[in-house]
Amino acid sequence: MSLTPADIQRLAQLSRLSFDPSSSQRMLAGLNDFFAIVEQMREVDTSGVVPMAHPIDAMPLEALAQHAPSAPEGMALRLRDDAVSEPNQRDANQRSAPAVERGLFLVPKVIE
Amino acid sequence: MSDLHTLGVAQLSALLQNKDISAVELATRMLARLGGNPHHAFLSVDSEVTLAQAKAADARLTAGDTSPLLGVPIAHKDIFVTTDFPTTAGSRMLEGYRSPFNATVVQRLGDAGMVSLGKLSCDEFAMGSANENVAVPSAHPQAVTNPWDVSRIPGGSSGGSAAAVAACLTPAATGTDTGGSIRQPAAFCGITGIKPTYGRASRYGMVAFASSLDQAGPMARSAEDCALLLSAMCGPDLDRDSTSLDVKAEDFSRDLNQPLKGLRVGVPNEFFADGLAADVRGAVDAALESLRSQGATLVPIALPRTSLSIPVYYIIAPAEASSNLSRFDGVKFGHRAKDFTDLADMYEKTRSEGFGEEVKRRIMIGSYVLSHGYYDAYYLQAQKIRRMIADDFQRAFASCDVIAGPVAPTVAWKLGDKSNDPLANYLADIFTLPASLAGLPGMSIPVGFGEGGLPVGMQLMGNYLQEAKLLNVAHQFQLATDHHLKTPVGAA
Amino acid sequence: MSAPLVHGYEVVIGFETHAQLSTQSKIFSRASTAFGAEPNTQACAVDLALPGTLPVMNKGAVERAIQLGLALGSHIAERSIFARKNYFYPDLPKGYQISQFEIPVVQGGEVSFFLEQGKETLHKTVRLVRAHLEEDAGKSLHEDFIGQSGIDLNRAGTPLLEIVTEPDMRSSAEAVAYAKELHKIVTWIGICDGNMQEGSFRCDANVSVRKPGAPLGTRREIKNLNSFKFMQQAIDYEVRWQIEQLEDGHAIQQATVLFNPDTGETRAMRTKEDAADYRYFPDPDLPPLVIGRDWVERVRSEMAELPRVMAERFVTQYGLPEYDATQLTQSKAMAAYFEAAAKACGQAKLASNWVMGDVSRFSNAFKGGSFENLPVHPSQLGALITRIVDNTISNNAAKEVFDELWSPKWQPSGYNVTDITFGLVDALIDAKGLKQMNDSGELEKIIDEVLAANPKNVQEFKAGNAKALNGLVGPIMKASKGKANPAQVNALLLKKLD
Repeated sequence: MSLTPADIQRLAQLSRLSFDPSSSQRMLAGLNDFFAIVEQMREVDTSGVVPMAHPIDAMPLEALAQHAPSAPEGMALRLRDDAVSEPNQRDANQRSAPAVERGLFLVPKVIE
Repeated sequence: MSDLHTLGVAQLSALLQNKDISAVELATRMLARLGGNPHHAFLSVDSEVTLAQAKAADARLTAGDTSPLLGVPIAHKDIFVTTDFPTTAGSRMLEGYRSPFNATVVQRLGDAGMVSLGKLSCDEFAMGSANENVAVPSAHPQAVTNPWDVSRIPGGSSGGSAAAVAACLTPAATGTDTGGSIRQPAAFCGITGIKPTYGRASRYGMVAFASSLDQAGPMARSAEDCALLLSAMCGPDLDRDSTSLDVKAEDFSRDLNQPLKGLRVGVPNEFFADGLAADVRGAVDAALESLRSQGATLVPIALPRTSLSIPVYYIIAPAEASSNLSRFDGVKFGHRAKDFTDLADMYEKTRSEGFGEEVKRRIMIGSYVLSHGYYDAYYLQAQKIRRMIADDFQRAFASCDVIAGPVAPTVAWKLGDKSNDPLANYLADIFTLPASLAGLPGMSIPVGFGEGGLPVGMQLMGNYLQEAKLLNVAHQFQLATDHHLKTPVGAA
Repeated sequence: MSAPLVHGYEVVIGFETHAQLSTQSKIFSRASTAFGAEPNTQACAVDLALPGTLPVMNKGAVERAIQLGLALGSHIAERSIFARKNYFYPDLPKGYQISQFEIPVVQGGEVSFFLEQGKETLHKTVRLVRAHLEEDAGKSLHEDFIGQSGIDLNRAGTPLLEIVTEPDMRSSAEAVAYAKELHKIVTWIGICDGNMQEGSFRCDANVSVRKPGAPLGTRREIKNLNSFKFMQQAIDYEVRWQIEQLEDGHAIQQATVLFNPDTGETRAMRTKEDAADYRYFPDPDLPPLVIGRDWVERVRSEMAELPRVMAERFVTQYGLPEYDATQLTQSKAMAAYFEAAAKACGQAKLASNWVMGDVSRFSNAFKGGSFENLPVHPSQLGALITRIVDNTISNNAAKEVFDELWSPKWQPSGYNVTDITFGLVDALIDAKGLKQMNDSGELEKIIDEVLAANPKNVQEFKAGNAKALNGLVGPIMKASKGKANPAQVNALLLKKLD
């Protein structure tokens, strides 16, 4: 499964990166080297295996139960109460902003 | 006390508690050693900030506070956001960035009274195995050097942390480990480091690289010190990190003195195959023998998908990273290009200027494997093999208590040797990646020296939540040996 | 009966509605969701995607998703997954939106409503595919800045439920009726404030056309319709445009379009080339959302009666026509007002007439159509109706009393729904001298006088012209100063002229 220059262009666009011709070539070569070693992975028979999006998913519940005071079904999404506790910290939050005016972040015009 | 800087955390704490030295004096002595930034380990130092923290620690000491870390110096990998030092994550993208909040881990160590000496160099966005990918300061970025041989790399991505501890610039440092970034530099620099079980330490305030793999951990010159630090660093952060495990905070020092008699040490044959350098094999074999003489039994085990961990990791981590790094767009914070024609141009120029080559490569890989049409074959397939790797470990732990093996196939290589060969860097991660993928705790302890007098590290891996056991094994080993007490020339 | 074709084409419409949930805080952060704050004063570190920040889920958002699912008869997933939708836009701070992709929290369900089509009233059902939780983006402001846009991230992170239908609708009228019914439901159950001007309820319409029997045509998506009026206009224009294109021999290209209310036209947006490749993957910062059945049951038991159920109950319990029942269940407050008045006087149909008539007129004129905190309490309306039914006052007189009741000086604070206080109504009747003349003696005297004064009408009536009676009723009512009971007048007149 070799990548082509068109792939590099598409991926660069998706990632909002730009490459000059020589960097683009270097990137293409590098990615193809990389995907060559990935090929062995694709041939592995994984039928019936549930993907593991999270290590927490794989932790045996007994292990967690030993240590956790209350984690009945393992790791489910914790839910917090619907309460406001973040005060207005605009100045601190915008301290590292590249361009701000009247509290708004300025960017080149967004055309719909 | 001319050798103050060679003392460990526990020892310094004793001196401080005993009022043999004050936190301000200690901080002053440590700051004095940072002139010229040895090994280019630090990215940010501010003596005013450090001394203010030391003063506050002294006040607490005077008031009779006996917290075990109070007044002890530490330095933080620049991947943790801090309010009183800038945070760069090793990248031009964040040069000069000031966070309005502290990482939870930094806050906890600060609340415990530790005194921050500054921020430590790392590979850009934690992506790298040699600390050669650091891109700041942008005028003159400098790769970190290995204190044992300055023509060599310290390892990465927590290279600055490892070098600073090894060179006795700080008794302890925080690091992060996504695919081995605590364990490998610890091994290359002859120090001790531990990556806890995924979810033990809060990720809030860690600039995200790969969310399902990133973990914070301590790096110091002994298991005993690591245990003290780990206890303060870990614990649920339920309000801020949804992946933080809701398990009670532990005293990881509690089992340090358990004897090793009856301990079953699993030795995976895949970790001792042809790719392993002879000098590393020799040192690790000797260490295993040492454990045996302390009462442990060595049990051969199999981790058959060890080599698959490379493609699996290098698909999953870049996939998550490509998404995590999308927030760097020049809009709200960080670098923005100076000249651009429109919004699209601003995005492209900002990100192309702000990110280094390796970061771009991983973003591209990540975008590819998540792309429509490729997702099943790459990302989903990788996540499935990931589960198989995790299952392999569970099978192995049926017959052993801990797993031991090398950390890396060789000792530290020369600066520049692999900087143009990303694949070579990836392949060298083979032994640390499996535990990362499974989310298991892993440690590196110094077990001797190899080619050119470079340190060799041995890896200890445990089952979920078994950090106390790992630290116990490490501590017992360190009581019986002295590799961890050696310091490089120039450090003493 | 199927919807009318447009120039021989069948119209196919599906909706995606984004309803902002009425939580206090955002879906993944603890900043406020209140509308109208100064820019970026309600955008905390998490909302701004500052390095190191992570999402933490708001229970209130999940609870509202459960409520919606129950209201629409959907399946509430025991386990659902949050996924990242990756794309770049200045109002999207993380460069991805946390949404749900493969496994949403609410699955299936339906919305039913009545639709006037020609002379018929049809019962329609639109099936839902799913509803999922996700976060809203910020806003770009373009006025005031030359060549630049100002980004306000206050709205970023506000919880949304995206509600997706099957392409079941066959006309713009049906689509608007669906949207109105959905709007009613989400506001009725209280999960969304429904304020379309403020962007709380935004609809995207997927529109395509085809010849009957042909496969589905290529659809175009009209985005961000936030008024029912514009919704219908936009869809109608789009349909006509697509038909024109096809008739001219052009194929329809899939596109996202915006409706311009000033021109009345839809226009394709600048194509976002990678719009198709969002690279969805499960968000590694958020474990799966687990909703136990006992939580669902608890929410179910706490939910108010739904509008359609209540309308059906009004028909069976109070004998109201379906039309009345539907009108009265436009809002919870209106239905409650009606029911309280009906219970107070036992005259459901009359109560319905008054509520749909005079009370609605007042509400529209002075309360923006809301039935919350009306100055005339339902028990007062009940008392008034009782006085009509017991012949104390005529209908006209009742209207006078009603108008007087709206003035502030009569408003008691607090009331008991089952306790009719006639005191106020009776006092007003007396004060205005509106009591009907029920004494037939006095009435007969007046009638005799009028009959004597109008011999011509008497003659015409006796000659067979029934309408001549009207010429007599007027003077009688006038002479009685409007207090005569019209029914009684008619009865007595007929008796006397017999």
